[in-house]
Amino acid sequence: MSQHVVAPTPEVAVPTIPVRELAPWALFFGLIGLIVIFFVSADQGAVSVFSGTAVHEWVHDGRHLLGYPCH
Amino acid sequence: MSPRSFLVRGLLVGLLAGIAAFLVAHQVGEPNVERAIALESTGSADGHTHAEDTPAHTHGSESESGGGTEISRGTQRTWGLLTGTLAIGVASGGILALLAAGLVGRLGRLSPAGSTAVVAAVGFVAYAVVPFLKYPPNPPAVGSGETIGQRTAYYFVFVLVSIVSAALAVALAQRTWRALGPVQAVVLGVTAYVAVVAATAALMPTVDEVGDFPASLLWSFRTSSLLTLTTLWAVLCGGLALAVGRLHEQTRAVAARRELARSL
Repeated sequence: MSQHVVAPTPEVAVPTIPVRELAPWALFFGLIGLIVIFFVSADQGAVSVFSGTAVHEWVHDGRHLLGYPCH
Repeated sequence: MSPRSFLVRGLLVGLLAGIAAFLVAHQVGEPNVERAIALESTGSADGHTHAEDTPAHTHGSESESGGGTEISRGTQRTWGLLTGTLAIGVASGGILALLAAGLVGRLGRLSPAGSTAVVAAVGFVAYAVVPFLKYPPNPPAVGSGETIGQRTAYYFVFVLVSIVSAALAVALAQRTWRALGPVQAVVLGVTAYVAVVAATAALMPTVDEVGDFPASLLWSFRTSSLLTLTTLWAVLCGGLALAVGRLHEQTRAVAARRELARSL
């Protein structure tokens, strides 16, 4: 860095991200994230989106060890 | 500092957290799962019954009704476990990063790295530790198949209460820190959260289906589960705080260079 740079304005130079800019990202990825968590944590246990036990069996050990109710 | 830059970092840190959680779960947790399944198939613990000679961990009632898919124990404890920890790591990392993006510059006088670490630490307590204390995870062979719906509902209702009250507690501290002072505001927020969650835990039903399952193995399983969760969240918290801190430094360096270029 060059020594010509004046120290950035001290205190509270932390920028915020406008809610309008963040909202679509939060909504879209929030939904995807929750769906992923649902499949690992609950599908084919208490409630089933897909019938059968393949999802349950596949993530079985993860569900136990990550603290979710499995069966 | 854009939502995209936060999300990308969150997903990458989440991937690392998932790998770390897998390593711990595989090394520390799996021996307990194997011992619990061994107990289950000898029928010494109560709970649902298993067909003999099945390599997979299948549930009697489900395999009768659904023609259940058989996945070998070898796959379950490696690729299956890895899938679960990676999926949870990446999803949690992404969600946390976007929450952190929303709170940058909006949480007291904290730096971006500081507010990000707070988001992840609050997430660890509200989503992992507190639900663990009220509805601790059970190894295979514990828990009756008939109550899985009820137990899952209790668990997720409690998780929801915990997360919502943690978010409200953070908002309370943020609203009051100018008037009360930062330490007092944090103490107020923590007290409010603990009060709400403790009252909810006292009011919600207790699950007791351990039966004659060996207490030492149950303890060992539950501590290994908590260690797995702690690993996941420690990497999420530390990794996100570091990544966001570096992002902030880079943003500031670029802004400073622009400022310099304009002044020439």
